[in-house]
Amino acid sequence: MEQTESSKPRVSRLALFVTFSRISLSSFGGALFWARYGLVERQRWLTEREFVDLLTLGQLLPGPNVLNLTVMVGYRFAGWTGAAASVAGYLGWPFLVVIGMGVLYQEYGALPQVQQVLAGMSKVAAGLLLATVIKLAMVLPRRWRTWLFGILAFVGVGVMRWPLLWVMGGLAPWAIFAAWKEKE
Amino acid sequence: MDGLDLGALSLHMLALWFVAVGGPSTILPGIHRYVVEVHHLLTSAQFAEIYTLAQVAPGPNVMYVTLIGWHLAGWAGAAATTIPLLVPATTLTLLVGHFNERHPDAPIGRAVRLGLMPITIGLMFASATILMRAVNHDWRGYLLTLLTVAVVLRKTLNPLWLLAAGAVAGILGLV
Repeated sequence: MEQTESSKPRVSRLALFVTFSRISLSSFGGALFWARYGLVERQRWLTEREFVDLLTLGQLLPGPNVLNLTVMVGYRFAGWTGAAASVAGYLGWPFLVVIGMGVLYQEYGALPQVQQVLAGMSKVAAGLLLATVIKLAMVLPRRWRTWLFGILAFVGVGVMRWPLLWVMGGLAPWAIFAAWKEKE
Repeated sequence: MDGLDLGALSLHMLALWFVAVGGPSTILPGIHRYVVEVHHLLTSAQFAEIYTLAQVAPGPNVMYVTLIGWHLAGWAGAAATTIPLLVPATTLTLLVGHFNERHPDAPIGRAVRLGLMPITIGLMFASATILMRAVNHDWRGYLLTLLTVAVVLRKTLNPLWLLAAGAVAGILGLV
């Protein structure tokens, strides 16, 4: 951002690749915690404020939010090849790891013990997601229009089971228009 | 199992990603609908297991899409479901990142942000409830899920501990 006086450190593509590999491989149960730790505390490439700004933007853009953050951080420090190096580090390893898990699952997934363990963990995983959503909902402005759009999106996709594309296409333009009007 | 059309699956995922504002959990209902409800490629329980497996693995949770592809059609399937996920990030995000570095306070950005935020959260809530219904079959399961929610909302704790507790509860036959 423009207000930072010469605070943008020089970062090589290799450093981007290594750092995002490390973030990715330590990310058990969600990448957000580790992304902040790696970029803000460990490397000090971003200030706390810059991290939040980029994350908010990453959240708004389509696609996984931390992946979008990864692209923008890589681009900021080393252009589009920097973005490529960051993405390779962030997604390359987990791609292989997750397939390794898939192999094990196909070999041993039918064992009753494995089934029991996965059943127990999947109930916790559902709770983790639900809790995260509740935490995020706390930051929504306390305004009826805001909540109306949230509830409509939930009912359309979660209760009526309409396709995501229709629900998003039907709601998003109005929601953006309403937010635009509100500002004036 | 219906015939598997990797090209169609890939295109569908690509379309989903372009509206999947808010990340991997907003896209979950769309993928669940496609592979479980419409095409019957996986059961809802298999879907939930694969999702959990990806959560347990190191790396972003979004890698469950890779695992679904791999489960359906090996390496080709993994590529077919992973590549679409990269497309919006490497096109739109780069453009917006470029714009944002120049004009951080543009009003259009503000309107989009404020407008889409509640929809994102509504969609994520839908994901959470779909997943909760897919994994739970009796009150003990729901109890474990809701206990997890209560703990996460009150304490800062590495989620791995909770997943481990879930594994123990599973192996003891409690849930």
